[in-house]
Amino acid sequence: MAKPMLMQIEGRAGFWTVAALFGALLAAALGAAHYMETNGHVVTGMNNQIVWGLPHVFAVFLIVAASGALNVASIASVFGRSDYKPLAPLSGWLAVALLTGGLAVLVLDLGRPERLVVAMTHYNLKSIFAWNMLLYNGFFLLVAIYLWTMLQPGAQRWSKAAGSAAFVWRLILTTGTGSIFGFLIAREAYSSAVLAPTFIALSLVYGMAIYFVVLIALCAGSGRELGGAALGRLARLQGWFIVVALYLVAVFHLTNGYMAKQAGVERFLLWDGGVYPLLFWIGQILLGSLVPLAILWHPRLHGSHAAVAFASLLVIGGGIAQMYVTIIGAQAWPIDLFPGREAHSSFFDGVVHAYVPSVAELLLGLGGIAIAALATLAGVRFLRLVPQSASDAVLAPPAGG
Amino acid sequence: MSTGQQVNNGVGPVSFARRKVVGALAALGGVAIAPGLVLYEFAQAAPDAGKSTGASSKVRWGMLIDTTLCTPGCTACVDACRTENGLGPVTRATDVQWIRKVELKDRKTGAVQSAPVMCQHCAEPPCVDVCPTGASFKRADGIVLVDRHTCIGCRYCVMACPYMARSFVHEPITEQKTEVPRGKGCVESCTLCVQRVDRGSTPACVEACTAIDKGAMVFGDLNDPQSDIARRIRARASVQIRADLRLDTGVRYQGL
Repeated sequence: MAKPMLMQIEGRAGFWTVAALFGALLAAALGAAHYMETNGHVVTGMNNQIVWGLPHVFAVFLIVAASGALNVASIASVFGRSDYKPLAPLSGWLAVALLTGGLAVLVLDLGRPERLVVAMTHYNLKSIFAWNMLLYNGFFLLVAIYLWTMLQPGAQRWSKAAGSAAFVWRLILTTGTGSIFGFLIAREAYSSAVLAPTFIALSLVYGMAIYFVVLIALCAGSGRELGGAALGRLARLQGWFIVVALYLVAVFHLTNGYMAKQAGVERFLLWDGGVYPLLFWIGQILLGSLVPLAILWHPRLHGSHAAVAFASLLVIGGGIAQMYVTIIGAQAWPIDLFPGREAHSSFFDGVVHAYVPSVAELLLGLGGIAIAALATLAGVRFLRLVPQSASDAVLAPPAGG
Repeated sequence: MSTGQQVNNGVGPVSFARRKVVGALAALGGVAIAPGLVLYEFAQAAPDAGKSTGASSKVRWGMLIDTTLCTPGCTACVDACRTENGLGPVTRATDVQWIRKVELKDRKTGAVQSAPVMCQHCAEPPCVDVCPTGASFKRADGIVLVDRHTCIGCRYCVMACPYMARSFVHEPITEQKTEVPRGKGCVESCTLCVQRVDRGSTPACVEACTAIDKGAMVFGDLNDPQSDIARRIRARASVQIRADLRLDTGVRYQGL
């Protein structure tokens, strides 16, 4: 096996062009956040029935993906596949970058973002949100230590311990994210413990997809070799992640559909709810899961950079669709205070709630991606995160592996 | 005093310029802390004035609504709430609504009913459980409130409330009542007119309903067996909305 060497990405014109594009997107997002903050959420599509809108869709997607971006590092450190070690630092850095982007969107979408310090100094420890704040901070810390063990000469002997701690933490973290919804008794579409493992499975898929896109783009942009066999092995694994996620999504909807009191919301989300069934079946299931699965498991495609990148972009799109259905679809379905009766009021009791996202919300959501992208670009530019070559010779599995 | 001296002792001799910087920082710190100290003094002084003894856990404030006496289309309670709390008229879908009239029709029999719905002041409030900063809280006497100083506007409580009782302030607020401080970007809901209750009065909605001889709403102490509300609940069956959630609401309904 050739000796892998980690190197910074060179600051060529293409690199700075991409950075400038994401910088412009971030500037637009900050402008949108300022506009929302100055005028209030009245300028968004949100209202008192749909209080979490498109920014939450992007934020939760990024936070869930952050946990999954650590996959490759975990494979190398925790599961002992040392052949993937050259790919691990990027995996850790990407996890931190995605979490930063997601959290930034959450904060900027707060009604009072300037009170972030209040959120950091006042903890209601019964709140899953408060737990999540502790979990996010712990994740930053553990992954930072993990990265240090990978990048600091002589510290590698701590890598497995740090990687294992980060791996366990990421499972807890995503359990926490799923539980933000799973613990809500008010909404018929939630209130299920299955949401926590479902979110973990989805995180494996989304994080891996983003990692593929970033790795392939970085290698292509910097002229580095990326072996088809190594990529193919990871692509096949991603296929299994997709299968596990599909299974849990199926279990979630089947259990909900089986319960008479929740059959209405299931019918709404999966059949006659307008945009939501469309996003679920076409976005999440067909384009976001089945088509990528076919590509990733296709014997002639799973080693192809273009095919894996395309499949990964589909998965990312499907992930956004899934979050839209999970977060907004669930709120659109009316809360039934009086079972067995038709209800109507000035506060929209008994009717499906409408939501049309505004441009400002979209820009703020995309701003999270811009932050994650800029943080990633800064990392690969100034730190040695990417191998000089990720050829099949460099990433060859150990004998018998 | 002084922060500056402590820092100097720790690092040995320092230049004049550094002393000036440290001194300026100490002075800046003093300026920043001083107003807080003054406010703290005021806050500490308040109980001594004997004006407030705080909420008592011996009391459980509650409300009983008799829907058989509530007229469909009547909004006396809603109007009184908006006036009392300075909420202004509802002109947009995003406007806050602390209390609303829900018109009901039985799907099988077609029976029509009308019921005012507001924060149910649960003994086990989901909004309080989920609030990350503790801004949503329950007073000892059972009234569920939002601390407008620590609400960060995350809206998790709106997601968690099974009664659609909470509203998010979507716009800047210009005309507020002194007793009912409000603000853009925070969540709010029915306070049971806590400012009136603490003066020994009843919520504005109850007063308005009584004033037009409806008497559909009764306010009182659920813990006091001699109170009107307790006697009425003993005499005739009442229900809690979504009783299956076992939140032990302070607002009860008869006739539903």
